[in-house]
Amino acid sequence: MSVEALSRIQFAAVAIFHFLFVPLTLGMSALVAFMETRYARTGDEIYLRMTKYWSRLFLINFAVGVVTGITLEFQFGMNWAEYSKFVGDIFGAPLAIEATVAFFLESTFIGLWMFSWNRVSKGVHAAIMWVVAVASTLSALWILLANGWMQKPRGFVLVGGRAQLVDFGALLWNPYAWIKLFHAGTAAFTLSAFFMMGISAIHLLRGRHVEMFKKSFRIGAAFGLAASLLIIVAGDLSGRQVAEYQPTKLAAMESQWTTVKAAPFYLLELPEPKAERNLVEALPIPNMLSILSYQDPNATVKGLLDFPADQRPPVAVSFWSFRIMVALGFLFVLLALLALVFSLRDTLATKRWFLWIMPFAIILPYLACELGWILAELGRQPWIVYGLLRTKDAVSRSITAGDVLISLVGFVLLYGCLAAVDAFLLVKYARKTEE
Amino acid sequence: MTLQILWFVLWGVLWAVYFMLDGFDFGAGMLRNFLARSEDERGLALAAIGPVWNGNEVWLITAGGATFAAFPLTYASMFSFLYLPMLLILFSLIVRGVSIEFRNKLEGARWRSVWDWALAVSSFTAPLVLGLGFGNIFQGLPIAKDGYRGGFFMLFNGYGLLTAVLFIALFLQHGALWLVYRTEGPFADRARALASVLWFVALGVAAAFLVATAFATGLYGNFLARPLWFAVPVLAVASLVAVRPLHARSRALGAFAASCAAIVLVIATALVGLFPDLIPSSLDSSASLTAFNSSSGPYTLRLMAIVAAIFVPIVIVYQFLVYRFLRSKLTKGAEY
Repeated sequence: MSVEALSRIQFAAVAIFHFLFVPLTLGMSALVAFMETRYARTGDEIYLRMTKYWSRLFLINFAVGVVTGITLEFQFGMNWAEYSKFVGDIFGAPLAIEATVAFFLESTFIGLWMFSWNRVSKGVHAAIMWVVAVASTLSALWILLANGWMQKPRGFVLVGGRAQLVDFGALLWNPYAWIKLFHAGTAAFTLSAFFMMGISAIHLLRGRHVEMFKKSFRIGAAFGLAASLLIIVAGDLSGRQVAEYQPTKLAAMESQWTTVKAAPFYLLELPEPKAERNLVEALPIPNMLSILSYQDPNATVKGLLDFPADQRPPVAVSFWSFRIMVALGFLFVLLALLALVFSLRDTLATKRWFLWIMPFAIILPYLACELGWILAELGRQPWIVYGLLRTKDAVSRSITAGDVLISLVGFVLLYGCLAAVDAFLLVKYARKTEE
Repeated sequence: MTLQILWFVLWGVLWAVYFMLDGFDFGAGMLRNFLARSEDERGLALAAIGPVWNGNEVWLITAGGATFAAFPLTYASMFSFLYLPMLLILFSLIVRGVSIEFRNKLEGARWRSVWDWALAVSSFTAPLVLGLGFGNIFQGLPIAKDGYRGGFFMLFNGYGLLTAVLFIALFLQHGALWLVYRTEGPFADRARALASVLWFVALGVAAAFLVATAFATGLYGNFLARPLWFAVPVLAVASLVAVRPLHARSRALGAFAASCAAIVLVIATALVGLFPDLIPSSLDSSASLTAFNSSSGPYTLRLMAIVAAIFVPIVIVYQFLVYRFLRSKLTKGAEY
């Protein structure tokens, strides 16, 4: 395999792995801070027990998120040196700002939080966790500003084959990044809420610490419903942006081969990329694709066949990751709604079938998050910077396929161990309800 | 021009602060297993670095990010030329981080022993490879006009290995002094005795390094052209020497501070020698990556200078306050 192919596999592997830990950090830091604030306000011990229980799980997850994050910063220089040279002037800035403005704050205060129990007042201790929560969101913002520039480059000029920043405002106010923050942020809250509900459900099924886990379940249900409803809005806004900024990605994720005016949305569709057509197109909603993409029932949606073949993203993976993600999004609303209704009516104890579903449902938002990133990154292909630089021209020239094979195998082994240890500890600690 | 020089300085500062801070994590991580005689003491030594290692490591991430933003060509070259060393640094840092965080999560002796050794080994390999990398950068990497001519095993040359030993020796002493400062009781006594021995090692290796540098690298060129700069290595040695009397008088914080100064000044010595090169070429000086030919445009440099001017002092202030908050001596039973 080529250096490029191996480097792409490696980047996908380390990014997907890292993002298993990011959303729970983003959402859970705020949820833990919320629970601890309730404790500081009310003095009710149950909130203290909840804070301690959920923060233990949060911290295990946080540790793996931190150590796998460095890999990504190193990857650009190690495997994507030509990319780094091309965009360093622009892309490096938000990465460096992320470390300076956000990650320092997050890392320093998480250490402080762990070590300052009973050494500062309840309110101050809760406030420290809020700093962690805000810092992790800030961190996400700057990373998404960097990624947003790859998706929708702006505020630059090309000088001697390199992109140079001329307008920081354009980088900072890149609408793509802000919508992505909204999308990823609501997704992170949904995932964290399902995490809380799923684990609480196990304890409720076993009738342990019922009061505490009923409360946890309710918090999860309320946050989960709010966040999953907002995801629908965020997803819609994301879709419009893709239509506006990345027409090739739109065509690939909808498997739209031909250019159509007043395009319908097929509820049932089966792409056949080899034949450059769809095997099945059924149950159309008239004009829906045009409306969703351009808010105009008669808008024209450009098809893949009208783009040069060397500018088309992989269709099957874009299409399926999009479809499954969207379906899951609606499922989250349904599950969170049921959860909240049962919780408010206090009928959870009689709805054992539902409590049985929720632990398994934990995996679904993880899947949806990863599919979202797969769509975002693979749908951008063959470009690494949309419309400007191709992925094949971005790879390091001084490394060999052997080097990358060594590192890839190393990552798979190391990350495999990390995943096993992390899962083992999470299960242990999820069971551990006493101090 | 001024901006590029400013960023060269900042680049050096970020690396120096990183080594000054994470250096004691590495040192304490390497020494823990050998100094601690009981489970209590192993916990104590872990609590000395547990709450701060992560904040310290962010200086490396910032140094990496700043290299990317200010000197993208250097970032791209440094990380891709030194691909396998970078990988080893990464793996070491990953193992180091999870060892600290996971070790106390379970009670079992086997579990804890595995993480104790993982921490010790990774705290050793990280500075080893960092030192190896920097030692080779000080000598110059084989960069030709049309690409890189180096390989992994050629990094293991005498001077590269000596620099690795220097990093390890400085960090061992640094970590021992940190443990002395942070702990008390028999454990602290043992750390104190060991720190006295490590001082001789650190001083000896540092002297050998400064001499070898004259033969293996061109770093002294800048000093010979502007002899006033010799003040930097002289102060580095003076700081290292000062550790001894401070340590002997049980001025734990003072001795640690002197060790901080020594590490910062050793890095400063190397950077004064390198200037304006970030990565000199050992083949063709016109292929060297310098602050002037590998930097971002003036717009980005100015923007990042403003960001750094505002936020780096803020970071220093709150990290300092957190360290102050955590300053009370760790006693038996302290857990991370």
